[in-house]
Amino acid sequence: MTYSGFRVIREALTGHKGWRPVWRDSKPKPSYDFVIIGGGGHGLATAYYLAREFGEANIAVVEKGWIGGGNVGRNTTIIRSNYLLDGNEPFYEFSLKLWESLEQELNYNAMVSQRGILNLVHSDAQRDAARRRGNAMILNGSDAELLDVDGVRKLYPFLNFDNARFPIKGGLLHRRGGTVRHDAVAWGYARGADRRGVDIIQNCEVTGFRIENGRCLGVETTKGFIGATKLGVSVAGSSSRVMAMAGMRLPIESHVLQAFASEGLKPTLPGVITYGAGHFYCSQSNKGGLVFGGDIDGYNSYAQRGNLPAVEDVAESGISLIPALGRVRLLRSWGGIMDMSMDGSPFIDKTPIDGLYFNGGWCYGGFKATPAAGFAFAHLMSTDRPHKTATAYRLDRFRTGQIIDEKGQGAQPNLH
Amino acid sequence: MIIPHPLLGPRDAQEFTYLGDASLINRPDWQSENAMQEFHDYLYLRDNPAGLHRELWFHEQGDRSWLVVTRNTMTHEITQVELASDVARSHGRSR
Repeated sequence: MTYSGFRVIREALTGHKGWRPVWRDSKPKPSYDFVIIGGGGHGLATAYYLAREFGEANIAVVEKGWIGGGNVGRNTTIIRSNYLLDGNEPFYEFSLKLWESLEQELNYNAMVSQRGILNLVHSDAQRDAARRRGNAMILNGSDAELLDVDGVRKLYPFLNFDNARFPIKGGLLHRRGGTVRHDAVAWGYARGADRRGVDIIQNCEVTGFRIENGRCLGVETTKGFIGATKLGVSVAGSSSRVMAMAGMRLPIESHVLQAFASEGLKPTLPGVITYGAGHFYCSQSNKGGLVFGGDIDGYNSYAQRGNLPAVEDVAESGISLIPALGRVRLLRSWGGIMDMSMDGSPFIDKTPIDGLYFNGGWCYGGFKATPAAGFAFAHLMSTDRPHKTATAYRLDRFRTGQIIDEKGQGAQPNLH
Repeated sequence: MIIPHPLLGPRDAQEFTYLGDASLINRPDWQSENAMQEFHDYLYLRDNPAGLHRELWFHEQGDRSWLVVTRNTMTHEITQVELASDVARSHGRSR
């Protein structure tokens, strides 16, 4: 079933009786050539690109809950390609290019909206850092524009420009950044994968791996054993728990990140803004609510809910940047579990166990990476070689010293 | 979260900064033959369980003591708090 304007009109005139579920609720077969654990954005994208780009068949995605019920439905929906380091920026630029053609590719309205991201700067030193970052972005094919204070004022006249401690001195504008309807990404990839014959197996929790003589033969689940020639784990948030079943320890801590949505407002914020003084970022959803967040709570957690100090900190940052927020009511807050890696960068790599591949460690930046992570993980699983933009995302990089520490914080996961 | 400090009683978690896995107390011997491997594992491969976790908290806004807190990462419930110096001594260290 292909979606089109014509189809919407026809369904409207016939009582919407022609819509059908867009993916099958599959039962597991005894074995597959490729099994992906984790039916989030990354796992579904991996299955999709395995079939679409690398011509593979006999693929399954195994999901503990339901499609769209994990972090792909809990994030703040921002896409961007504004990293500094060479290990990262080509990958995120590849991802942003995939976002730009995603809806045509999937024939699915994911509401990709390149409304621009503005990183504010508050001092000369921060402006220098923004200029350096902007140049690095441009060198890697992304876009960046350094705005002075008048340039920022033209876009966002309501910001608190004359804050005594953190006056706004300008900003780095990344015009191709923006937001995407997050659930639609999961649904779109699930539909695309299903149409190419991928089995999506929901409510199927992994309980163990079958590993013999250093080779992974498949996975034990609540729906029985599923054999796999190649098995990919893509379960960010729970990576340590799942890989522990395969006897592996990862350079990852799990932390809780909270996000917030306000009541619906009339169009207020045209793009995405980030505060350079504290950690605060904000955009407006298509429904009108302001969607915002800040730092992680800062301690290991699998609870999917945080504590009040982080809420207070985000609210204080928000109001000091946009005083008008003080009149807005907070509607919802929620927490998601992040794979915080030891250098703030992810992993897409083989493991020491034959036939077992790993994708995780996305910290709180996994959503924007969805298309490229799926593509690169599919590339790795199909060809046994890393995709050219993901060669740095190795599991052994702490041993070799090739770390990718975008913020320069060292091995302290709660600071990345 | 409220952390029941062994000397000061219940204190708000905001007074503390968090370091992580309490095994960071046990710094490897730099003269050991496998020192490279041991330091790699010590620094980068930390415990990350879903359930009881022993972890280091620093009472930065208080008496500046290091604590070993046993906390459930599924519920945030704290079940045991010890002074890190006591834990280190119980491992046979002088301090």
